[in-house]
Amino acid sequence: MHAIKYKERDMSPSDIATPAPQPKPDKPLLEARNVTLQYKTPQSLVTASHRVSFDVYAGDRFVLLGPSGCGKSSLLKSIGGFVTPVEGSFTLNGAPIHGPGPDRMMVFQEFDQLFAWKTVLENVMFPLLMSGNFSRKQARERASNYLDRVRLTKFRDSYPHTLSGGMKQRVAIARAMAMEPAILLMDEPFAALDAMTRRRMQDELLELWESTQFTVLFVTHSIEEAIVVGSRILLLSPHPGRVRAELNCGRFDHAHEGGDAFAALQRRIHHMLFTETAANGGSHA
Amino acid sequence: MPSQTVLVSIERPEIDYQLPPAETVGEVERQLSVFERITNVDWVRRLSILILLAACWEVYGRHLDNPLLFPTFGDTVAALWNATIDGDLLPRVWSSLRVLLMGYGIGLATAAALSSFAVSNRFGSDLLSTFTSMFNPLPAIALLPMSMLWFGLGTPSLVFVIVHSVLWPVALNTQTGFLAVSESQRMAGRNCGLSGFSYVWRILVPAAFPSILAGLKIGWAFAWRTLIAAELVFGVASRTGGLGWFIFEHRNQLETDYVFAGLMTVILIGLFVEEVIFRGIQQRTVVRWGLQR
Repeated sequence: MHAIKYKERDMSPSDIATPAPQPKPDKPLLEARNVTLQYKTPQSLVTASHRVSFDVYAGDRFVLLGPSGCGKSSLLKSIGGFVTPVEGSFTLNGAPIHGPGPDRMMVFQEFDQLFAWKTVLENVMFPLLMSGNFSRKQARERASNYLDRVRLTKFRDSYPHTLSGGMKQRVAIARAMAMEPAILLMDEPFAALDAMTRRRMQDELLELWESTQFTVLFVTHSIEEAIVVGSRILLLSPHPGRVRAELNCGRFDHAHEGGDAFAALQRRIHHMLFTETAANGGSHA
Repeated sequence: MPSQTVLVSIERPEIDYQLPPAETVGEVERQLSVFERITNVDWVRRLSILILLAACWEVYGRHLDNPLLFPTFGDTVAALWNATIDGDLLPRVWSSLRVLLMGYGIGLATAAALSSFAVSNRFGSDLLSTFTSMFNPLPAIALLPMSMLWFGLGTPSLVFVIVHSVLWPVALNTQTGFLAVSESQRMAGRNCGLSGFSYVWRILVPAAFPSILAGLKIGWAFAWRTLIAAELVFGVASRTGGLGWFIFEHRNQLETDYVFAGLMTVILIGLFVEEVIFRGIQQRTVVRWGLQR
C-alpha cells in the first residue's frame, strides 16, 4: 500500500521563475509501478531496487536521490530501456517501455559518451539524422540552435577530445535536448566535474529549463544538487533501494543556499537517509 | 614522558599584489630554431634513417667486395632500375599485388562478417575466440601443400593461404577493439535507436578503429610475407609469375643484385603502404579524433 498521495502535489514549475502558471496535467507522463530491478554478478543475483513506484509529470525536474547502491542509476537505465524490470513496469504516456529509444534521451556521467569521431555539431546532429525525421539541413539547423543555447557555437567544428569536461557535458545535453525527447534522463551528469564547473552547469541547466520547460529525470547522490536542480525529489533508501519519501523542492536555487529553509530541507533529507536506523527500513514517514 | 611538538601556523599579513599588464612581461612566445623545426618533421627524421642505412650498406658492400654474396647499395639500385626499365619487374609486381589485394579483400570481408557475428551473440564470440586461438598460430605457409591439393597450382591456392593469414589477426584485433568500447558509448548509440548492423557500423567500428587499424596493418604484413613465401615455393601462379618467382629465378641464375632488387621492391612497397597509406588513414581518423597520439 502506498503512503504517497500523488494528488497532494502542489508544486508548480513556476516556483522558480515565472512563465505563466501552466494548468496541471492530470495524467502523469511517466509512471513507475512496483518496479523491482535485479542484476547478476558471477556469484549472485542482486536486488538493486525493490517495488519502486513514482509518477513524473510533464515539466517536472524529478530527482532520484539516494546513497550509492540504492539502485537509482539502475532505475534510470531501466527507464532508458537498457535494463528490464523483473517485476512491475514503466509506462511512458500510457505505453509500456520496451528497449532503448530516442524518446528518452540519456545524458551519462562519463565524458566518453560523445562520439570521438564526430565533431561537436555532428554529434548533436547524429540522433536527429538517425531518427529519420529530419533532412540534413533541418538537423543542422536544429543542432546549431541547441549548441547556441549551451553556448558552444564557437566549438561546433571541434572534435570532442579538444573540449574540457564541462563542455563535453554541455554537448551531451545539447545532443539529448535537440531530440526534444518526451523525457530527458540524466545519470549524475555533473558528478565527474570540478566543484566550480558543476555549480555553473547546474545553473545553466535551470536556465535551459526555464526557457524550454522540458521534463527531466535527474539522478544524483548529492543532497545539495538534488535540492538545487530538482522540483521534486524521490528519496531512495540504501540497498536495496526502496522509496523513502517524495519531497518538493522547486523553491530553491543556488541563491537560497545557506538560507534557513534550504538548510532545514537539507537536514531533513540527511536525517531520512542516514540517521534513521536501517532496522525500521524507512517504512514510516 | 616525551614532549609532543605542536605545530602552530604563524599568522602572517595578507598580501595583495597589483599585477602590471601581461604585455610588460616581455617575451611570451619564441619561435624554435630552424634545426629544431626541421627535426620536428616526422618524414625528415625517418628519411634520414633510411639514408643512413643505405650509406652503411654501401660502405659494408664495398668493404666486402663480393657481389655474389652481398651486392652494394649502388649495384642493387642499378639492378632495380634495369629490371624496371628493360626487364619484367613491373608486370611481376602487378601480378603479385593483384593476388595480394584479392586475398586481403576476401580476408577482410570474412573478418568483418565473423566479428560482427561475434558481437551480436555469445555463441558467435565463443566461436571466433576458438577459431582465432586455433588458427592464428598456424603459419599460412603450412597450409600451402593442402591448398595446392584442393585448388591446384594457381591463383586460387595463393588467395586461400593469404586469406588464412589475414583473416585471424584482423578478426582478433577487431574483436578486441569491440570489447574495449565503453559502456556509455554503447548505450549512447543504442539510445539513438541503433541496433544490428547499423549499430556495429556506426558505433562499434569507429570507436574500435585504433585496434582495427592495427589489425589491418598486421594483416597486410602477414599477407605480403605469405605471398612471397608461397611464390618462392611453387613459383609461377599465373603466366608471368610474381615477385617471389622473380627472386627465385634470379637466385638460380646467381644474379644476387637482382635478388636484392626484388627484396628491395618488397620493402619499398611495404614502406609505401605503411608510411603513406596507413599513416594517412591514421592521421585522418584516429589521430584527428584524439583516440591515438
